[in-house]
Amino acid sequence: MRYRSIVRLGVALAASSLVLAACGGGGDQATGGGASPSGATEAAKTVKIGLMGDLTGENSGIVIPLRNAAKLALEEYNATNPATKIELVEYDSQGVPEQATALAQQAIKTDKIVGLIGPAFSGESRQVGPILEEGTIPSISASATNPLLSQNGWKYWHRIVANDDIQGGGVGDYISRALGAKKVFVIHDNQEYSKGIADVVSKTLKGSGVNIQTDVIDPQGSDYASTVNKVKAAAPDAVFYGGYYAQGGRLLKQLRDGGVKAQFLSGDGSLDAGLAKGAGGNNADGAVVSCPCLIDPTGKASPASKKLADAYQAKYNAPTAIYVGEGYDSATAFIEAIKNGNTDPESINKYLATIDIPGVTKQIKFAPTGEPTSGEVYVYLFKGDTYSLLGNAKEASKPA
Amino acid sequence: MLDSFLTQFWPATVDGLSLGSIYALVALGYTMVYGVLRLINFAHSEVFMVGTVAALFTLTTIGVSHELSGVALIGMLLLVAVIAIVVSGVTAMGLEYIAYRPLRKRGGSRLAALISAIGASLFLQQLFALIVIPRLFDLPQVGGRLPVHSPDWVRLSDVIAIGDFVVRNDKLLVVVAAVVMMVALDQFVNRTNLGRGIRATAQSPENAVLMGVNIDRIITATFAIGGAMAGVAAALYLMRFQETNYFVGFLLGIKAFTAAVLGGIGNLRGALVGGLVLGLIEMYGSAIFGSEWKDVVAFVVLVLVLMFRPTGILGESLQQARA
Amino acid sequence: MNSNRSSAGILTKSRQTIGNRMQQIRDWWADAPRWARWLVYIALIIAALLLPASSIGSFMTPRSDWATVLFYPIGIYVALAIGLNVVVGYAGLLDLGYVAFFAIGGYSMAVLGTKFGWSFWEVLIVGVLLTSGSGLILGAPTLRLRGDYLAIVTLGFGEIVRISAQNTDAIGGPRGIAGIPHPPNLSDFEILGVKPLRYGLLDPRPYYYLLVLLIVLTIIFVKRLEKSRVGRAWAAIREDEDAAELMGVPTFRYKLAAFAIGASIGGAVGVVWATKVISIIPANFPFFLSATILAAVVLGGSGNIPGVILGAFLIAWLPERFRVFEDYRVLLFGAALVLMMALRPEGIWPSRRRQAELAEGTGGMGALGGEVGGPGGEVEAEARAPELER
Repeated sequence: MRYRSIVRLGVALAASSLVLAACGGGGDQATGGGASPSGATEAAKTVKIGLMGDLTGENSGIVIPLRNAAKLALEEYNATNPATKIELVEYDSQGVPEQATALAQQAIKTDKIVGLIGPAFSGESRQVGPILEEGTIPSISASATNPLLSQNGWKYWHRIVANDDIQGGGVGDYISRALGAKKVFVIHDNQEYSKGIADVVSKTLKGSGVNIQTDVIDPQGSDYASTVNKVKAAAPDAVFYGGYYAQGGRLLKQLRDGGVKAQFLSGDGSLDAGLAKGAGGNNADGAVVSCPCLIDPTGKASPASKKLADAYQAKYNAPTAIYVGEGYDSATAFIEAIKNGNTDPESINKYLATIDIPGVTKQIKFAPTGEPTSGEVYVYLFKGDTYSLLGNAKEASKPA
Repeated sequence: MLDSFLTQFWPATVDGLSLGSIYALVALGYTMVYGVLRLINFAHSEVFMVGTVAALFTLTTIGVSHELSGVALIGMLLLVAVIAIVVSGVTAMGLEYIAYRPLRKRGGSRLAALISAIGASLFLQQLFALIVIPRLFDLPQVGGRLPVHSPDWVRLSDVIAIGDFVVRNDKLLVVVAAVVMMVALDQFVNRTNLGRGIRATAQSPENAVLMGVNIDRIITATFAIGGAMAGVAAALYLMRFQETNYFVGFLLGIKAFTAAVLGGIGNLRGALVGGLVLGLIEMYGSAIFGSEWKDVVAFVVLVLVLMFRPTGILGESLQQARA
Repeated sequence: MNSNRSSAGILTKSRQTIGNRMQQIRDWWADAPRWARWLVYIALIIAALLLPASSIGSFMTPRSDWATVLFYPIGIYVALAIGLNVVVGYAGLLDLGYVAFFAIGGYSMAVLGTKFGWSFWEVLIVGVLLTSGSGLILGAPTLRLRGDYLAIVTLGFGEIVRISAQNTDAIGGPRGIAGIPHPPNLSDFEILGVKPLRYGLLDPRPYYYLLVLLIVLTIIFVKRLEKSRVGRAWAAIREDEDAAELMGVPTFRYKLAAFAIGASIGGAVGVVWATKVISIIPANFPFFLSATILAAVVLGGSGNIPGVILGAFLIAWLPERFRVFEDYRVLLFGAALVLMMALRPEGIWPSRRRQAELAEGTGGMGALGGEVGGPGGEVEAEARAPELER
């Protein structure tokens, strides 16, 4: 009795294995280099452009505006009834690199995108970049600012925003030039972005002969008392914080509560009303925050900027926010490529290497490494819960 | 390194005691539950978080509009604390009822209880992040994960200022409140019937039953008291930092549990000693090695202490608390 | 609470029916001759190798690439769970910092691969040695501590490894290390549309096969241990350490061995993982991962390898499958943990020995205090005593 059931079980398992083998063999495709052919066959009607980033997680506030802007650009283009329409496919990675890689595989192999806007964050860009390279899919990031990304020798990767080295250098120069600071305390929370930009600021300032002291805070903790004590003891002219607004606001509050009156500066991770809310009261007044991005809700920077600001306001009932201009420009670059008859990833990438048109935030033109050829750093001034453009970091002066 | 430590000695000591007091209050919850059930109540950190949310909600609902000081501050603190105590206590009791009691009744292992605790902790964190915080504070759902701030309700002033030894009112209040609660709890455990029941159950459940103790009620009371202590800590936290978020319990919980073990788990006074010592170690460690190493310093000290004194600094357990 | 009485009917009855069925299958398995078992093993291995089929993938993870998910999180979690099972399931040691060994393995591959140019196979050997060494270093001062103290100390160790990695610029600091080399391509032969020995970027399947190989070897190794004197010593330690010590079992030494073996498995998994993802950062190794693997082990049935594999598979796969509930994934995960422990604390697929231990009431790991019946409560153990004579 027993032996029969064993044999039955064994046969059943073997049979199912064979069935699976048959399905598996048929369904899989050999993968490897080379352009995906189906991009060309779909070129007749619609191609797909992907957008990857944190759309529902806690930092989605930084990504949603650029998604909206890209969507706006594509809708404007599709409305002109072109030969090839573009469909935007969104990939919510929540900023988590592992999720991003699985989604990237999906995007390349199943959805067959011909280009990607994003990934939005540097961490996921680092993991997804090699996959896009091997899949030969061009990408343009509107917001990943880690300088190391362009040093991997990637040929299909681009970004339209200046990297943290440029931003750190810009704000460092501002501190020494406009503020005339002789002693600066640099703080970061030991995350990749935070340390990156803080280190560049330190280096820039040291090069200008400024005295630097540093400390590190715990991004998950809430008590920065030891750091506050060190800052008090050092009595600097200015404090620069590299990191995000949740921690930055908390730090600023504890500094002010602790009696530190020095000028407070930070990088684009702090460019959010959350900085002021976290600092409480009017502790954030006078804080200066840099960004390689141009946030121009009133559209005073240029006619193109005004056009975008108006269109964005009309469609989304909200003023332009962080990376909106850059998101719009990324989409524009792909639109131009497709408009000019390039509908498969390889030719789109070739086109991007030569593109040279004015965008909303800057000239859309890429260096061979994928970096944008022009990169400006802007500084913004906080008052109350909001911030406004103070000017270009190279020219802006000390806040009143 | 060492010179920065010397210049910051007094501020580090004050801050360490202040931070340590909050650790101590939360550690009480861990140590009491462990003493009676031998369970690491992982979800206690969320009991604390719930308390902070309740406290913050109270503040925003009352609509505190300007900074308070002196009697007004203490009065507001008491009000906020009472609400936090009730909410945290109820949460802790609910936790026991849903996550641990079924396991207890079915003879589950400690490991299963730990997993249940982790599950409850995750559940509460996400519940607050996704539903409670956005609803209570009128935020879009994404905002549930971001810090929520209270109005500025504490007028800071230096109560003591002798040279380098400066003590701010909020920091002093934290230490005083913690010590007061600790003394009250100590008296409670040693002088009341319920306290005696807790000690008896901690010592031996079987014998306690034989002596007529209602185990279920004792356990519920233990959780409630531990939760109440976390509620006090929550109110004090809100006074010190004026913000909270769904994740605030996690790190604090680990630290508080470390403090409980450091002081001698199951020992109430050990929780106070462990908390204060841990706070000091963190501050001194930050001053000497840099803030990024403070957690490493804390854990290394823990291992060293346990190696030479395996039951913690004060060592004795709940059942042997002296009257 | 009187739920025990009121629902004793339906809930207990259905549990018992399922329990009966499973008992029958296990009885059959225990009596099955060797060749039959081997047939099943081989069939399972073949099934595992054929798992990355896209037809299966369209059902299992319709929104992301199935083969990628099969490697991580599914395969990695399964492998880690098998390793943690040695520490927690066999030796009964509460380890809340298992992720540290995964990290050390990953960083070994990263540092030795990028800074010294070693190849994957060389690093694998060294990585295993390094992690087992770190297991010994961690265990030596701490394994004399009682179970719950061990929990917090291992948790601390996990955090120490992560924070130290973050603070040490020499190994990348918070930036971590990128450019980790893939395993060298062994051959270009193709079968059923895939080149299993070619390690590129776009096809995750070769890495998956490598992981399957590692898992199979690990299972063989661990199973051998379980049935040996070492395994028996672990069982004795797990059930009652003092009694074991009295009976002459050198408990400390065996506990240390369990730690080191569990650590080396975690390290090997870390090396394999790092060589696929090619860039790692300290944030890849949070405490949450330790807790997840522990949950996988307990949920699946600690001490029982098939159970542990099943537990890890479910914990890794379900959140991916139900991406629809995107935001609510962790919420549901937490609720599921509480529910499972309340309904079936021995796990989905417990080892028979563990079932027996639970039947006697203490569950081997030590029971919660206060479970003595008092007024208004009763202890209900899964009494299946007669059938457990095997």
